[in-house]
Amino acid sequence: MNRLTLDLWVGFFVAIGLASLGFLALKVGNLSGSSMSDTYRLEAKFDNIGGLKVRAPIKSAGVVVGRVAEIRFDSEGYVAVVRMQVDGRYKFPRDTFATILTSGLLGEQYVGFEVGGEQDVLKDGDVIKKTQSAVVLEKLISQFMFSKAAGDDAGKQ
Amino acid sequence: MTIPRGKVVAIMGISGGGKTTTLRLIGGQVRASSGTVLVDGQDVAGLQGKALYDLRRRMGMLFQFGALFTDMSVYDNVAFQMREHTDLPADLIHDLVMMKLHAVGLRGVADLMPSELSGGMARRVALARAVALDPMLIMYDEPFAGLDPISLSIIGELIRALNDALGASSIIVTHDVQESLKIVDYIYIVSGGRIVAEGTADDIRQSTAEYVHQFVWGEADGPVAFHYPASPYRDEIHAVAGHA
Amino acid sequence: MLEGLANGLRWLGKRVNDRVWRLGFASRFLLMTLVYSGTALRRFFLTIREIYFTGVLSLIIILVSGLFVGMVLGLQGYDTLQRYGSSEALGVLVALSLVRELGPVVAALLFASRAGSAITAEIGLMKATEQLSAMEMMAVNPIARVVAPRFWAGVISMPLLAGLFSAMGVLGGYLVGVRLIGVDEGSFWSQMQASVDFSEDILNGVIKSFVFGIIVSWIAVFEGYDAEPTAEGVSGATTRTVVTSSLAILAADFILTAFMFRGT
Repeated sequence: MNRLTLDLWVGFFVAIGLASLGFLALKVGNLSGSSMSDTYRLEAKFDNIGGLKVRAPIKSAGVVVGRVAEIRFDSEGYVAVVRMQVDGRYKFPRDTFATILTSGLLGEQYVGFEVGGEQDVLKDGDVIKKTQSAVVLEKLISQFMFSKAAGDDAGKQ
Repeated sequence: MTIPRGKVVAIMGISGGGKTTTLRLIGGQVRASSGTVLVDGQDVAGLQGKALYDLRRRMGMLFQFGALFTDMSVYDNVAFQMREHTDLPADLIHDLVMMKLHAVGLRGVADLMPSELSGGMARRVALARAVALDPMLIMYDEPFAGLDPISLSIIGELIRALNDALGASSIIVTHDVQESLKIVDYIYIVSGGRIVAEGTADDIRQSTAEYVHQFVWGEADGPVAFHYPASPYRDEIHAVAGHA
Repeated sequence: MLEGLANGLRWLGKRVNDRVWRLGFASRFLLMTLVYSGTALRRFFLTIREIYFTGVLSLIIILVSGLFVGMVLGLQGYDTLQRYGSSEALGVLVALSLVRELGPVVAALLFASRAGSAITAEIGLMKATEQLSAMEMMAVNPIARVVAPRFWAGVISMPLLAGLFSAMGVLGGYLVGVRLIGVDEGSFWSQMQASVDFSEDILNGVIKSFVFGIIVSWIAVFEGYDAEPTAEGVSGATTRTVVTSSLAILAADFILTAFMFRGT
C-alpha cells in the first residue's frame, strides 16, 4: 500500500464523510432557514401561554418572521411575559395582534401576528398591547358543555 | 560486571537467572533497586527522557526472534532509525541501508515483508537494523535461539565481524555455549541474580567448578538439580505408602 | 458464616480496587497519549495511514448497516404511524431517530467491534513480539509513534462514519417509505426539513459521535498497550475492548442525551 493510494482513499473517505454531514445539515435539517441577522426585541403579555416554548416560531401570514427568545412570569400582574426576537427586515404596526395559535390540530404552538392599520411601527423594546391567549382544551370543553346544557334548558323551556 | 570497549562478552546461565534483566538494566528499561549501571561513564538510572533517548541512540539491540516491525518492509525496518533520528536525504539512506543489508548478506530481500522471511533471515535483518546507526554498544538477546546450524555460524561470525569493524562492545545473552565460546573474549555465568563464574573462553572450558562444569558440558544433574523439589517419592506412590 | 461474609467483602473490595486502579492508569495513559501527540500531528502521514485502516476499511460495514437500519425504520415506522393517520411524518421519524441516536450510537458500536478490536489486537501483538520494546530501545517513543496516530485516527473517523450511517439510513428510509410503500415524497422531505433542527439535532449528534470516538479510541489503544504479551492476553484484551467500549458508549449516550434533549 503506497502513499499515493493511501492518501487517495483517505481523501475519498473524508470527502464523503463531510458530504454526508453536509447532506444531513442542508437536506435533512433546516440549516438554511435558521439565520436571522438583524433582529429587534418585542414583548407581549399573555394570560395563558398554553404550550408555547422558547424558540417557537413567530409567524405572520404563515411566514416565519421571528423566534420566541424568553418566557417569564410577571409576579405583579400574574401574567406571562414573552420576549421575542423579530427579523429586522419586517416592521409591524403598533396595533398588531399577537395570538398564540396551534399548528394543525394537535401540533406545536407558535405566536401569530395579525396586523392592524396603524401607521406607526413597533420599535426595539416595544410592548405589543393587544394579545390573545392560547386556547386551553379543557376550558373549551367545559365551555361547550356549559353552553350545551344552557341550550338544552332553553330548548326545554 | 565490566564490559570493556571493543570486546565481545557473553552472559550465560540457566533460564530465569537474570540474563535478560541485565540487558534491560543497561538499556534503561528497568531500574535497579540497588547498585549502579554505568554506560560510557553515565549512570543509566539517573537519566530521563531526552538524555536517556540520546544514550539509547548509541546502543543497538537485537531482540530474541528479531522483533522486526511487521507492518513495514525489510528496507523500511533497517531505514527506521535513520529516518527517525537523522535528516539524511533519501538517496543517502538508500545507500546506507544497502550497505547494512550487504554486510549481513541480505541485500536481495530489501523489498520483502518480515512475514515472508525465514527465521534465520529475519534474525539477520534485525541485526542489520540494530547496527544501522553504527552504535558503540550492541546487545544480543538469545541470538542463537532456534536457528539451523548454518544460520548459527553465520550469526556468530557476523557478531564478531561487526563488533570489530565498528570498534564497538557487544554483549551476548545466550544459552548456546559451544557457539559463543568460539567468538567471545570474556564470559560471565549468572545464576539467581549473581555472577557465579567468569573468565575467558579457555578459563571456562577448563574450569573445574561444579556449576560451571555442569553448565558448559550440559550435564543433567549437578548443582542445578534434576528433580524439582517435591515430597519423598515413597509417599507419592500409593501402592507403597499404603493409601486407600 | 461471618468468615464467609468477610471473604466475600474482601473479594469484592479487591475487585473494585483493581478496577479503580486500572482506571487511574488508563487516565494517565490517555494524558500521555495527548501529550505525545506532536509526532502524530506533525508527521501527519502516520495518522492518515491509520485513518485508512480504521475509517476507510470500516466503510462497507457502516454504509450497509446504515442502509438496512434506515430501511427497517421505514418499515416499522410506517406500520406504527399509519395507525394514527400520520404516515407523512415518516420522514421526521426516520431522520430524528437516526441523527439523534441511532447514527452516533450504532456507528460507534460497529466501529468498536471492527476498528477498535483491530487496534487492540495490533498494539497487543506488537507488545507480545517485542516490537514496542525494540522501538523504545531505538530511542523512538512507542506512544508517540504507534499509539497516538491510532487514537487520533479513531477520533477523526468516528463523526464521519456516524454521519455516513445517518445519511445512508435516511436514504434507506426514503427507499422503503416513498419508493416501496408509497408515502408522499414531498411531505416526506418537507416535514423532515421542518422538524430536524441543525443545532438541536444534527450538531448534537455530531458532538455525541465525537465523544464516542474519543471513548472507543482511548479504550482500544489502552487495552492493546496494557495487554499481557501472550496469545490469551491479546485475545482477552480485544474482548475487553469491545465489551467495555459498548457499555461505555451506551452509558455516555444516556448522559449526553439527558443533557441535550431535556424536552424543552
